[in-house]
Amino acid sequence: MSEKFDVIVVGAGPSGNAAAYTLARAGLSVLQLERGESPGTKNVQGAILYAHALEKIIPDFRDHAPLERHVVEQRMWLMDEAQACSGMTYRDEQFAQPPHYRYTIVRARFDRWFSEQVREAGATVINETTVTGLLKDKNGKVVGVQTERDGGEIRADAVILADGVNSLVAQRAGLREDIRAEHAALAVKEMLFLPRETIEQRFGIGEEQGVVIEIAGRITHGMVGTGFLYTNHDSLAIGIGCMLSDLRRQQLSPYQLLEGLKRHPSIRPLIEGAEMKEYAAHVIPEGGYKALPRLYGDGWMIVGDSAGFVNAVHREGSNLAMTSGRLAAETLIALKTRDKPFTASNLSAYKAALDGSFVMKDLKKYAEVPSFLHGNPHMLGTYPSLLNTAAREMLMVDGTDKRTKQRRIFAEVREKRSLLGLVGDSYRFWRAFK
Amino acid sequence: MSRALDSMPMHIVVCIKQVPDSAQIRVHPVTNTIMRQGVPAIINPYDLFALEQALRIKDSADARVTVLSMGPFQAEEALKKCLSYGADDAILVTDKSFAGADTLATTYALAAAIRQLDRQHPVDIVFTGKQTIDGDTAQVGPGIAVRLGWQLLTYVSRLREFDAAAKTITVERRAEGGVQVLESRLPCVITMLEDTNEMRFADMAGMFRAERYEVPRWDRSAAGIEDVSRIGLKGSPTVVAQVFAPKPKDVRAVTIEGETPRDKADRLLDRLFADNPALEATLLDHLETVETAK
Amino acid sequence: MSDAPDTARQIKKPKRALDPKYANYRGVWVYVEHEHGYVHPVSWELLGKGRQLADKLQVPLAGIVLGGTDAGIRALCDEAARHGADLCYLVQDDVLHDYRNQAYTKGMADLVERFQPEVLLLGATTQGRDLAGSLASTLLTGLTADCTGLDIDASDRTLLSSRPTFGGSLMCTIVNMATRPQMATVRPRVMPMPQRDPARTGEVIEHALGLSEAEVVTKVVDFIPDAQADKPQLAFADFIVAGGRGMAKPENFGLLFDLAKELGAEVGASRPAAHAKWVEADRQVGQSGKTVRPKLYIAAGISGAVQHRVGMEGADIIVAINNDEKAPILDFSNYALIGNAMELLPALTEAFRERIAAAKAKRGVVA
Ligand SMILES: Cc1cc2nc3c(=O)[nH]c(=O)nc-3n(C[C@H](O)[C@H](O)[C@H](O)COP(=O)(O)OP(=O)(O)OC[C@H]3O[C@@H](n4cnc5c(N)ncnc54)[C@H](O)[C@@H]3O)c2cc1C
Ligand SMILES: Cc1cc2nc3c(=O)[nH]c(=O)nc-3n(C[C@H](O)[C@H](O)[C@H](O)COP(=O)(O)OP(=O)(O)OC[C@H]3O[C@@H](n4cnc5c(N)ncnc54)[C@H](O)[C@@H]3O)c2cc1C
Ligand SMILES: Nc1ncnc2c1ncn2[C@@H]1O[C@H](COP(=O)(O)O)[C@@H](O)[C@H]1O
Repeated sequence: MSEKFDVIVVGAGPSGNAAAYTLARAGLSVLQLERGESPGTKNVQGAILYAHALEKIIPDFRDHAPLERHVVEQRMWLMDEAQACSGMTYRDEQFAQPPHYRYTIVRARFDRWFSEQVREAGATVINETTVTGLLKDKNGKVVGVQTERDGGEIRADAVILADGVNSLVAQRAGLREDIRAEHAALAVKEMLFLPRETIEQRFGIGEEQGVVIEIAGRITHGMVGTGFLYTNHDSLAIGIGCMLSDLRRQQLSPYQLLEGLKRHPSIRPLIEGAEMKEYAAHVIPEGGYKALPRLYGDGWMIVGDSAGFVNAVHREGSNLAMTSGRLAAETLIALKTRDKPFTASNLSAYKAALDGSFVMKDLKKYAEVPSFLHGNPHMLGTYPSLLNTAAREMLMVDGTDKRTKQRRIFAEVREKRSLLGLVGDSYRFWRAFK
Repeated sequence: MSRALDSMPMHIVVCIKQVPDSAQIRVHPVTNTIMRQGVPAIINPYDLFALEQALRIKDSADARVTVLSMGPFQAEEALKKCLSYGADDAILVTDKSFAGADTLATTYALAAAIRQLDRQHPVDIVFTGKQTIDGDTAQVGPGIAVRLGWQLLTYVSRLREFDAAAKTITVERRAEGGVQVLESRLPCVITMLEDTNEMRFADMAGMFRAERYEVPRWDRSAAGIEDVSRIGLKGSPTVVAQVFAPKPKDVRAVTIEGETPRDKADRLLDRLFADNPALEATLLDHLETVETAK
Repeated sequence: MSDAPDTARQIKKPKRALDPKYANYRGVWVYVEHEHGYVHPVSWELLGKGRQLADKLQVPLAGIVLGGTDAGIRALCDEAARHGADLCYLVQDDVLHDYRNQAYTKGMADLVERFQPEVLLLGATTQGRDLAGSLASTLLTGLTADCTGLDIDASDRTLLSSRPTFGGSLMCTIVNMATRPQMATVRPRVMPMPQRDPARTGEVIEHALGLSEAEVVTKVVDFIPDAQADKPQLAFADFIVAGGRGMAKPENFGLLFDLAKELGAEVGASRPAAHAKWVEADRQVGQSGKTVRPKLYIAAGISGAVQHRVGMEGADIIVAINNDEKAPILDFSNYALIGNAMELLPALTEAFRERIAAAKAKRGVVA
């Protein structure tokens, strides 16, 4: 009576879909369980899709995936709470030439499409079903999952945990501990509806072209965090995220921050008259390399956010998610073809594959960043506002000569931050990002 | 058509419609057009009461439940959901020529499909919801009954008893100012009243069945429809001739300013009673009658 | 008001020829609904509206009365005349003693085929909807449900039925060019109650049912009247205090009940509030709830979507309490308090209490 599969994938986000799709394509019997109404309904993301990761899984995805706009322009803005904003714009006509490598997407639509591909590849996909725990045999090997439905015990030779940042399943099974506040950013995000034409005219972009604005600075009240504004086809995604620990310390709700961001004079005109379509909050694991949990064991592997695969510096997650999902799947496929059991030692190949991929390389590269930014609020607080003061001073034509202006600026810099501190910061900054 | 009643299980057909989740419908701030794209589709909430009632009959008696829907291919999702709850079979009636159907044309197509089902396995009861949240006409149930020439029992709040062999059924029907207890005969069409039951939670086996079930798609001819002039736009006497935004009242609301809430409240009452001299007396009279009522 | 079709703007009627067999259909009919001796007031409301339509079409207005053989039934015809009917068609038969779909559909269908009206209005009640639905399918004519507005295009004698479109702040106008009669149902309280003229009388045309009890399959074995007492009497309340999603929590509805107590008012709610079970379902005001016509309607935390609007804009005075000065409800309210309802409501309750006390004292002196 009870069902049995080669592999059960828990979760239908980018990582779960990548894994289930790859496995099903290779002819393994796959069950994918998703708690949401339909894939994507519970998922929150900016969102930028990085083509390279998906290309390796569905080479021709560009022909049928629901992509909003390809990114032709990237803006980096440093903002203070109230008024000023300085930054740089990078626009590259090369971005406008296909094949494009970054797209804005709407997760609800994208995940739905991805899930359809998984179905067509031959996997059994069941939504609205929450996995409540893992089944283990007497030796502790994972042999299936338990869902909240009657008759919810389902067996499999391996389980891939792709259930997102909190991964309650992994936690309950004692495979992972709860994410620590200082390793978790809480991001809030709104979808603001605007007519296509309005978006294209406000951002100076053509059909299908998109702009990405990454925001740092006092707007997060000096807390570790960033904001973003992405252009979708007929909506804008605007969001802001801060480390949970800081939010708690400063007794601030991310919603307040988002309201502040939306009121900021450099954002307001861009979102003027837009209607909010959806509102969501989501945790991003930003512990980075140092916070990674155990990634595999007897009969299980963990991928994507649930493994903490997020590059906080570049706000990349979905591509790490998809890649880790694919690598986990390929590991199982290789073993299956050689009739090898899914034991911990055999599954170590997954870790090896990750190490060889950009996933681990990037995570290692930025390993220091989280703790660094954490220890140095100036990066996001003081410096941006200084920069803005500087800009204001230099641009204000009030009869003061430029040398005096520069002296003023420097004076303010010193008063806000000791010279020594300055040097120290820039050194650590360089170390972290190099 | 006739069958050995004891041998063959009852056959219950439940008509369901997939509708956009009204809670999530929005109107374009600029063009004022309804934005349906991206709005999740759900089973018309009223239909769940009909389905659950059918499933309860199946729990207690030997019965087979077929869910029937007319709509686009996506409506398959709604049907599969019904299967996960425990329906035995599902049929999607779908054909380009149905486009633009009003209730008259819809009932023509649905009734034809039900006749087909009836030929395969005689139908005892057709359940529909009270109304849809999009069409919102409450006409399809009655229409089906008329076209099939079966008894119509609307706004049914409870099935008291039924006897498939004797083909009798007793129901409680919500009427104006009371509940009618009706004794009728099978086959019949029942439109279920809302809040009469609660949809069950599908079990794992149901989820697997639904996922693997291939929903048959009946086009016009499969549904046994010969006369094209009776379906789709052609078969629909009513047409939407105009869509318009409600006109604001000639006078927009007077905004009452004030420092404190209490301030605003007092100024409101000043205006209210000044502009409407009769109001104070009316209010006092009203309060007196309320008092005396107590 | 939003309830009238927007005749100002041009209406794109489809090129549909009227089937010749309907060429001679004339007259406006209103179904007079009653159950257990209680006439549903919507019948009179519809006669009021029907009068206007009939005058535009320059045809007589007829009330349709079906019922048992007891004397009370015939009296309904006279009452219909007093509410504007020029004549009544009366079908009396013991088979019609209780409302039953089969018998009433037969009776109505025969009348229509015999006397051929061009417009037929029924109340959108459980009985009216039940009857209208099967009657339209029997006659194979079009039916527009839950209309909030009715008008006539005299140029081609079409009935313009308007109702909210699905899920948004828009109305639509529906026409039936092809068949007759043009049928519509209208919810109770949507149309104002016409002046009753005791002097008015009208002709009564009797018609036979031609259906024996034996032929009627469904039998009424019992009727259990509602215990009305505890149920909210929204529809006929003169003072209503309503709350919506803006009230944020069920507890906050207490503030509404406090104010309602001062005014002897009923408490109403928008659909989200009712669906969230912050209050009983039958307190819902609007298209899929009750339609109300109070003297004073205070709406707190309600944005004023059409589906709510059509249920309450018949109110004499509308006061909106909203923290968004751009909320649509301000487009059809008389007064607006902009701010947090949780602060404004208690203040308003206080203000009313004092005001009423003062007024009562004054009256005491006068009397
Ligand atoms: C505001 C914001 C902006 C972001 N922007 C970007 C961006 O621009 N680019 C980028 O690449 N990344 C971005 N990310 C990160 C990216 O969204 C995630 O890294 C990515 O979604 C991870 O995919 P996943 O499949 O691992 O987890 P998820 O996408 O979270 O998917 C997990 C799935 O598992 C399901 N699930 C959870 N528990 C259970 C259970 N018990 N049983 C069954 N199903 C379960 C969930 O419903 C969900 O569908 C952003 C994140 C946030 C919050
Ligand atoms: C087929 C159909 C039938 C429907 N039938 C009905 C019906 O019968 N009745 C009905 O009401 N709706 C009905 N609806 C739903 C309708 O479309 C709207 O969704 C609904 O009326 C909105 O209810 P609301 O105004 O309470 O909530 P919202 O639209 O969310 O409005 C909340 C309001 O509260 C204000 N607010 C928020 N906080 C505060 C505060 N602290 N103080 C003061 N104000 C505050 C906001 O500014 C906003 O204006 C129907 C919809 C459909 C599709
Ligand atoms: N397209 C359809 N397919 C199947 N059933 C329908 C369809 N439209 C309406 N119904 C049924 O008829 C009932 C009343 O619908 P309506 O007349 O649109 O209010 C609904 O609750 C459904 O049960």
